[in-house]
Amino acid sequence: MSAGRWLDAGVVGAADAVAAGAVTAEALVGEALGRLRSDPHNAVLHVDGEAALEAAQQVDAARAAGEALGPLAGVPVALKDNLCQRGTPTTCASRLLEGWVAPYDAHVVERLRAAGAMLVAKTNMDEFAMGSSNETSAFGPVKNPWDPARAPGGSSGGSAAAVAARLVPGALGSDTGGSVRQPAAFCGLFALKPTYGRVSRYGLVAFASSLDQVGPFARSARDGARLFAAIAGRDGRDATSADAPSADWEGACARGVEGLRVGVPRALLEGASAGVRARIDAALEALKDAGATLVDVTLPHAKHGVSVYYLVAPAEASSNLARFDGVRYGLRVEEGGGLDAMYEATRARFGPEVKRRILLGTYALSAGYYDAYYLRAQKVRTLIRRDYDAAFEACDVVATPTAPTVAFPLGERTDDPLTMYLSDVYTLPASLAGLPAISTPAGLSEGLPTGLQLVGRAFDEATLFAAAGALEKAFGPLPSPVPAGPGEHAGEEGAS
Amino acid sequence: MSAWEAVVGLEVHAQLRTRTKLFCACPNEFGAPPNTHVCPVCLGLPGALPAPNEAAIDLALRAALALGGEVRERSVFARKSYFYPDLAKGYQISQFALPIIEGGAVPMALEGEARSAALTRIHLEEDAAKNLHVQGETVVDFNRAGTPLIEIVGEPVLRSGAEAEAYLRALREVLVFIGVNDGNLEEGSFRCDANVSIRPKGEERLGTRVELKNINSFRFVRKAIDHEVARQAALRESGGEVVQETRTWDERQERTVAMRGKEEAHDYRYFPDPDLPPLVVDAARLARAEETLPELPAAMRARWVETLGLTAQDAGVLAAHPAIAAYFEAVATGLGEAAGLKPAKAGKKAANFVMAEVLRETATEGVEARFPAAAPEVAALLALVEDGTINGKIAKEVFAKMVATGEPPKTIVEREGLAQVTDTAAIEAVVREVLAANPKQVEQYRGGKTAVLGFFVGQVMKATRGQANPKAVNEILRALLAEG
Amino acid sequence: MSDAELSPDEVRHVARLARIALEDAEVEAQRAQLARILGHMAELDAVDVEGVEPTFHAVTEAPLRRDEVRPAEASREALLEAAPREVEGGFAVPQVMEGDT
Repeated sequence: MSAGRWLDAGVVGAADAVAAGAVTAEALVGEALGRLRSDPHNAVLHVDGEAALEAAQQVDAARAAGEALGPLAGVPVALKDNLCQRGTPTTCASRLLEGWVAPYDAHVVERLRAAGAMLVAKTNMDEFAMGSSNETSAFGPVKNPWDPARAPGGSSGGSAAAVAARLVPGALGSDTGGSVRQPAAFCGLFALKPTYGRVSRYGLVAFASSLDQVGPFARSARDGARLFAAIAGRDGRDATSADAPSADWEGACARGVEGLRVGVPRALLEGASAGVRARIDAALEALKDAGATLVDVTLPHAKHGVSVYYLVAPAEASSNLARFDGVRYGLRVEEGGGLDAMYEATRARFGPEVKRRILLGTYALSAGYYDAYYLRAQKVRTLIRRDYDAAFEACDVVATPTAPTVAFPLGERTDDPLTMYLSDVYTLPASLAGLPAISTPAGLSEGLPTGLQLVGRAFDEATLFAAAGALEKAFGPLPSPVPAGPGEHAGEEGAS
Repeated sequence: MSAWEAVVGLEVHAQLRTRTKLFCACPNEFGAPPNTHVCPVCLGLPGALPAPNEAAIDLALRAALALGGEVRERSVFARKSYFYPDLAKGYQISQFALPIIEGGAVPMALEGEARSAALTRIHLEEDAAKNLHVQGETVVDFNRAGTPLIEIVGEPVLRSGAEAEAYLRALREVLVFIGVNDGNLEEGSFRCDANVSIRPKGEERLGTRVELKNINSFRFVRKAIDHEVARQAALRESGGEVVQETRTWDERQERTVAMRGKEEAHDYRYFPDPDLPPLVVDAARLARAEETLPELPAAMRARWVETLGLTAQDAGVLAAHPAIAAYFEAVATGLGEAAGLKPAKAGKKAANFVMAEVLRETATEGVEARFPAAAPEVAALLALVEDGTINGKIAKEVFAKMVATGEPPKTIVEREGLAQVTDTAAIEAVVREVLAANPKQVEQYRGGKTAVLGFFVGQVMKATRGQANPKAVNEILRALLAEG
Repeated sequence: MSDAELSPDEVRHVARLARIALEDAEVEAQRAQLARILGHMAELDAVDVEGVEPTFHAVTEAPLRRDEVRPAEASREALLEAAPREVEGGFAVPQVMEGDT
């Protein structure tokens, strides 16, 4: 069998094939590099060919020497371009970091290396992860592999498109207000936003520190679990990193949902399009058929999620992005004048959406507005958190659509930021509450993927994997949006 | 007398003596080549995160205990935002609404009278980098960035430059003694800003205040404040108004000068740092800090006067530096044990010798001191005097040789045959020789001119190379001269 | 839902605090969008937050690090290499006066 087929076998399939000697890591990486280099969706910003091939050779040598291989040995993985990888450009899709080479590894990158993963590419994203469509990237929007005229979602749109287009079997993104879940829904993938604190943020370029989490994209829950297990765990360099026990997340995917209580906030579902609602209803029925019970719950403050999030996240972002000042790294623009002129000219190169959020956040924290905006938002955040506490008295997971619509056309909302923000309505509450949440495919609506979002108790990702696994079993795999083994020939050079 | 009352409050930034920086594992060390103690965290690289250093917390707790401040169980780090090249992240991590310590006071002495000056708060924060000026450019060295500081904010209760100086000296002494700070004003590890205003005597309301920054010596603090008070008074008396501004001390011109005016009022946009959950100080941590709190200098001085027989003045001299204080205590204890002396006696003798002989040869640098000889060796030397092996004069000679060779006193005494002659027969023989050789002086003595006794003592000591026990020499001389 | 009141000068003031140069056209474009967004957020005023503590942190207690020196994760060379302008081992910027900014 060719390397292309093994690459299409997913994270676990590819790892098993390498471990069994069915394919070499080098061939697998060669195939992935070929596909990445001919990426038609603008999903990829940087391909790390040489280093990845070298790492692949080491895996092959280790296997030949009979050494134990890591759980991701030989598996090509792409990283969102806001994760620092030593010696590799890390741009956050911004002019401010164009050409900057990270001099250290993010914690998740260290963990992926340790698990044997092949770090083949950095993926496109909304600039500094600020966007819901991947259109704020300084390096052009990403196209959705299901329909190149539509957005892949954001902000981790490049990672989602790369996995959906089968350039790589798995990728990492980051999720601040839905940035792995919503692109997963738009691209027909599984994605997890872990419990806040489950995955170290060290080396993830910060957007909103109290919300950011790194999460995996894959084409199945089990593949996602393999990636998640590699990156989860305490890190002393992140003071918000939790010391929570891990679980058999891969095993959980086959556990089933017998007795699972699925909470459904009916009032919230009204906001979704009819097509999406139909798929959510079907998904809930499928879970019920598999042994789960549906329970009505209410999240009375969830509707304030957009207002709360778009004050809290920009406030934190306005501070987190102050370090991009042209002094120590990255872009510096000098057009004469002194220090302040340099600061202002340099930071004028942020894109309009990033500027908007910095202005909004600066405003919310500024003298005279702090109490009315920032502090008030943080109080309502507490109410949102309490809603979940109450809901989890009656259920084990809360189900909603991931996004109110299927992938929208590129350009449709770029001039209308508020409408763009409002489309994050389903993903924001779980982020504000720090809870784990997945998006798992709920079938196609008019040929485009939809996603079911399930939110769980803190550190109970296992239950989410179980539910996602059950739904996959009920629905079967989605068709591929791209011809099987796209650009397979392109990777033959690397095949043995 | 002036009709104005000065109102002064000091803000002191004291670097904490930790091994590493406040939020990263870079060395906290002064004087390294530029940008050698830097990492992604203290350089504010994208993705880097702060991890708080427990030693900094523990040193802040020590300061709280020493100054009587109240420790908050949950304090919160906040971001203070402004743009400046010495600030790596565009914000400084400090504490704002919920500082780790509130209240407390600096115990100080003013013209011999004990007083204390109240504190508002003490909070933790990170130091900024250092801007160097190189040929028309500013060059930033981040070695200092992220060094742990406590900012000690005093209430505006000081009334003159002299009071401010006394406050600063007392505060520095406490912090240095408890090992929190090295007290080095020149290197900037102990820095002071002063808020100065004036008001008519009897008035309660505070006047417009001026902030005096970058005053880096005790003397300058006193002068800067006194000059600033005089400037404000002259201004008010000539019908002018004091402007709220930042000024600094110009030593050359002997006056305060305005720093470059600010284009806009600061808006620091403080908010709780989302990277840093609340800092929790539990009872166990506080108890550990209490157990390890060193004796405070005032208590130490009082104890020395009471139990070691020192005068207040001697106690002041020996307690002026923590290493010297520890050295003195080691000598006194060692001497007491070796010679079986009571503490009051051993303390007095140790103090005299340390002040007369040792301090002259001692070099201090920050909280460190280099002594000419180890304390146990000096104790052993003084014990040799106590047991009569050598006399006080020889002890000074032996000490000089100890300093030169590094050898223990006993080795030197034995090798050089410096042990005191106490054998009365041997001394008597020498005395008889001396008397026989000086009949004229013997006549004078016997004729009533007893002052020549000193001459005979000198001759005997000379003949014995100083090793004769002076007491014995005196006794024998008197006896033999009386016989005649 | 109506737009919040936000003047061009307020936008300029905030941009100045954030050290972002804005062209006049940008000021107006951002002002219009921000006024709309803030107008939407006014809905929070109706939420009863009496006695509710804010959620600043998702984690309740910071773990503390031991005071041990560790070698930096990035080499000095790599760190300095990234400097837009390096002078004598330092990060150079246009000259600042004491008391600036």
